[in-house]
Amino acid sequence: MKAFQSRINTASDSFAQNRADMLAQVARMRSLEARAAAKSEERRPVFDKRGQLSPRERLAALLDPGMPFVELYNMASYLVDDPDPETSIPGASIILGLGYVSGVRVLVFVDDSGINAGAMMGKSVDKALGAIEIALKQKLPFIHLVESAGADLMRYTVELWAHGGGLFAGLARLSAAGNPVITVLHGASTAGGAYQPGLSDYVVGVKGNGMAMLAGAALVQAATGEIAKDADLGGAEMHAEVTGLVEYLAEDDAHGLEIAREVVAGLGWQHCATIPADYSAPKYPTEELAGAIPADYRKPYDMRELAARLVDGSILRDFKPGYGPAMVCLQAHIMGQPVGILGNNGPIDPDGATKATHFLQLMDQAGTPVIFLGNTTGYMVGTAYERAGMIKHGSKMIQAVTNLRVPKISLYTGASFGAGNYGMCGHAFGADFLFTWPNAMTGVMGGEQAALTMEQVARRTAARKGIAVDEARLAKQRAGITAHFDSQSDAFFTSGRMLDMGMIDPRDSRAVIGFCLSTCMEARRRTLNPNAFGVGRA
Amino acid sequence: MTEFNSILVANRGEIALRIMRTARAMGLKSIAVYTEADAASPHVAFADRAICIGSGPVADSYLDATKVLAAAKEAGAEALHPGYGFLSENADFAQACQDAGLVFIGPSAEAIALMGNKAAAKRRMIAAAVPCVPGYEGADQSPALLQQEAAKIGYPVMIKAAAGGGGRGMRLVDAPAGFAAALDLAKSEALAAFGSDEMILEKAVLRPRHVEFQIFADAMGQCIHLGERDCSVQRRHQKVVEEAPCPVMTPELRAEMGAAAVEAARAISYLGAGTVEFLLDESGAFYFLEMNTRLHVEHPVTEMITGLDLVALQIRTAKGELLGLEQQDVVLNGHAIEVRLYAEDPAQDFLPQSGHISRWQPPNGTGIRVDAGISAGQEVSAFYDPMLAKVIAHGTSRAEALERLIAALGDTTLFGPRCNRDFLIEVLSHPAFASGAATTSFIADHFEPLPPKPVSTADLALAACLIYRAEQADLAAQAQVPAELLGWSSQGQLQARMVLDTGSEAAVLQLRQSQDGTHDSITVLIGEAQHHVTVQDLSLRLDGERVDLRQHLLVDDTLFMATGTRMLRLTRLRPGARQGVAAGGGEVRAPMHGNLLELCVTPGDAVEVGSRLAVLEAMKMQHEILAEVAGTVCEVAAVAASQVKAGDLLVLITAQDRSGQDSSTDTPAPNGTPATDGTPAT
Repeated sequence: MKAFQSRINTASDSFAQNRADMLAQVARMRSLEARAAAKSEERRPVFDKRGQLSPRERLAALLDPGMPFVELYNMASYLVDDPDPETSIPGASIILGLGYVSGVRVLVFVDDSGINAGAMMGKSVDKALGAIEIALKQKLPFIHLVESAGADLMRYTVELWAHGGGLFAGLARLSAAGNPVITVLHGASTAGGAYQPGLSDYVVGVKGNGMAMLAGAALVQAATGEIAKDADLGGAEMHAEVTGLVEYLAEDDAHGLEIAREVVAGLGWQHCATIPADYSAPKYPTEELAGAIPADYRKPYDMRELAARLVDGSILRDFKPGYGPAMVCLQAHIMGQPVGILGNNGPIDPDGATKATHFLQLMDQAGTPVIFLGNTTGYMVGTAYERAGMIKHGSKMIQAVTNLRVPKISLYTGASFGAGNYGMCGHAFGADFLFTWPNAMTGVMGGEQAALTMEQVARRTAARKGIAVDEARLAKQRAGITAHFDSQSDAFFTSGRMLDMGMIDPRDSRAVIGFCLSTCMEARRRTLNPNAFGVGRA
Repeated sequence: MTEFNSILVANRGEIALRIMRTARAMGLKSIAVYTEADAASPHVAFADRAICIGSGPVADSYLDATKVLAAAKEAGAEALHPGYGFLSENADFAQACQDAGLVFIGPSAEAIALMGNKAAAKRRMIAAAVPCVPGYEGADQSPALLQQEAAKIGYPVMIKAAAGGGGRGMRLVDAPAGFAAALDLAKSEALAAFGSDEMILEKAVLRPRHVEFQIFADAMGQCIHLGERDCSVQRRHQKVVEEAPCPVMTPELRAEMGAAAVEAARAISYLGAGTVEFLLDESGAFYFLEMNTRLHVEHPVTEMITGLDLVALQIRTAKGELLGLEQQDVVLNGHAIEVRLYAEDPAQDFLPQSGHISRWQPPNGTGIRVDAGISAGQEVSAFYDPMLAKVIAHGTSRAEALERLIAALGDTTLFGPRCNRDFLIEVLSHPAFASGAATTSFIADHFEPLPPKPVSTADLALAACLIYRAEQADLAAQAQVPAELLGWSSQGQLQARMVLDTGSEAAVLQLRQSQDGTHDSITVLIGEAQHHVTVQDLSLRLDGERVDLRQHLLVDDTLFMATGTRMLRLTRLRPGARQGVAAGGGEVRAPMHGNLLELCVTPGDAVEVGSRLAVLEAMKMQHEILAEVAGTVCEVAAVAASQVKAGDLLVLITAQDRSGQDSSTDTPAPNGTPATDGTPAT
């Protein structure tokens, strides 16, 4: 097949402008990631004094050198605990991602003990739950590098406490489902956190620093008057010899991580990877996504231009291009893996919805994963569309999206408004993976549209009552509504609230999708050995 | 005329191969002898027949005349070539060969015996009017007389073992006060090495050149010389570089010295190849040093400038053929320089090295000859002399030969035991050597003590990147990860951590790989130092500069890399690997309740991993408690024949220094074990 012919001039001013706009958004994302790393690094003197590695060094020492890594929920908690964009730290004091350990694809969960001593932040519980859900769904070993002060009592809410029980349940489910849970106890793991090693299948304890206890010396003295030492209450050595909570005792952090690598190597894990078919890189480099695609969703573009920069050889097979043309349905390959791609060239109309439904069912029938490239302001409104059955056709599409059995990977690339978000496999629709570009806007509608809607409501009311419109008040309301909606639609805001699984550089889209596709496909080929209760430890 | 069709080569390594090549070219069958330790050596594979004569130690194999002769008989060998070292200058052996009906390719037993005794040889040379170093070579060996003679000769004086060679049993004495002690040392060394403590004294000629003449004599008494070799570059009396002709030789001096050498040979009715060694001082005066009655290690430089095959000549003269050469037929063409590649570690005072050879890549090119006796996959054994190969370069001028040799060494790769390649390159590159001014004190003057060469952070960065990429490629193949995802992270940068053992320290490296679209680069942080390694246009660049990386190889966790001037071996340290995952380490505790039957160690005992420390009886079973770490017992905390509880401390071991334990492929030969195949020097 012939490759797609791009109509974008990479030497044009608009390309340069788009690129600058997009890269500015990427720079904002990278600076926020760097802010979390810098904050964590502030604790370096403590790590040094204890002979510890920093959380990021632990991650580096655990992972296979040079093997790919995809971070998950990198923006979690941004603007949640701290509403100030200038100081808020993303990450929820956890570094989470998918990578390789001893050649095995795993989920890695690192307590960022440089931040708040690893104490839970507003979104930490949700991020941990998200991690467990992904590991379960993608049948991955779960590796947790533990050092956490536990719950932050200053931020205590009863809901958070109740909700947090899900972590315990999740670990029990992982073990029962046949996903090995491996914990390296680098530091304290107190109170609720003490159950992390208890619920793990394998525990590596680091001498001197690794600790697990229901209550530390301070709390014990307060509760019972006993004067105890932390090492006696829950030191790694004690657990290795007395309680049996620790299987492997490590000399230091690096040794502990090496043991964890050995444990993974010893799992005899089913890779389930297939030799990737011979494929070519996109004819139009993925790098061009910064430039080819406007950062502002209000500037229309052909979704094929985006897809062509994601897929092998930029070869696209267009499904029913002439019918419901604003709904783009494409077949292509990404890193040798066949995929169906659903994208938007505008709002979804009844023809587009039925076309999408048809296409999704075909993909399901063929077992082909579907990639959603969302850029839509929603389903069409207006008399003609209502009369054409927009509601039922849109519903049909949502049914298909929801109940697809093949892997679903969703990407917010621009606008994702209203029910259009639902139809394009948004937050609530069970995507295996859902990422956002930093320029994306999601919400019930755009701020301007919401403001105009409310203005129309006000004018209609005024007209009905026959009173004069207070233009000044209306202008103020318009500005207020626009700001309120837009601030909540902004990708950094929504990603902070974990309405996606992570924010990515658009230029990484092919790598992220390729990695996630192989993760999903391997999971579907893998047979775990489930048991009824999880592995009970001796 | 004595015809023979097969030759047993009573040697090993490069010289055995070199002799067999000529034998084969002359249509003769070659018979090798070897030991079990040498079973995989190239000389065994090359030979038409090979006979095993022992397990490993030279005394029970290559030096055992009875076994060698039995092998010759078994194989039906008609002639025997002794090579150099081993039995080559053993008069009794030469005689035994003759008695067994074997043609010994070398001079008569008498000539060997005569020249084998320095004192006797010197007396004979003085009689033949060959210039000799003033000295004492009398039979009276009383220390008092020797001291008197030394005073007569005038200090500085050299004390030498009469039966010696190779620098052993040799001492330089600057002043009378040090004489007695030096004599004692030289005597005991000589006794150990040669079985005789007879000593000779010589006036020490300071900063002389070592110039030797290759002579050849046939059975009809025709004797000529093939020019000289300059072997001045020596380290502690072991030759390092040899060349021909001598840089300061003049035709007149050559004629004069050559005539003396020929005279020396004639005086003892010599047959075959021999070398007459002289000291040449700055004024052009020369003194007879000794005569070696065998092929020299450095004979190839003579071959390269004369175009003659000395082994072929040896075989012909041994058959009784005439040399067929007059002195005027010998034309010296250009210049040749040889270096000896040793498995030794210059950084550890040239301690001999042994171990597995993972890669051997000899150089080639115009004017380059390599005489090697090794192959990849072979073990370098601690039983034998650590000389592995000789690299020889020929050129129309000395400068051209030198350039070629330096370039050839840069292309020589030996991955396995540490070797002296880089030291050789440094020696050859030294301006004093390049100018031709090197005397026997050259190495002592310029290379002792050898300045330490710490591994640079740039080298570490490069090594880490090579290990990183190799591991990455392995893992990618294992997990079927597409190439385009390698080195990629959604975080924009991948990080890795590595600890490398440089031999003197454990360096911690942080690696950061990022892709900027056109090529990927790895940033390496080592303490305060930072380096960038990139791959561009298929070439490796370090901090923007193209890296002169000739070869590299990763064997398990050990990376070998070779540039044109440095060959490095760096081992990746796995955290805690030495201690395994066992708890406890040096703390040995009772595994269960029981009766401590026996305590097998006391404080101060050295223990190895697996050493028996104690025996505990519990549940009617006797449990051996073994050491999990190597080290020294620093405390015995329990009492034998007593009841102990689970967890009671029994023994405390101070573990060996971590870095000292990971020399897996590189077990140094025990210190003090002398080189065993007697590679000759002065």
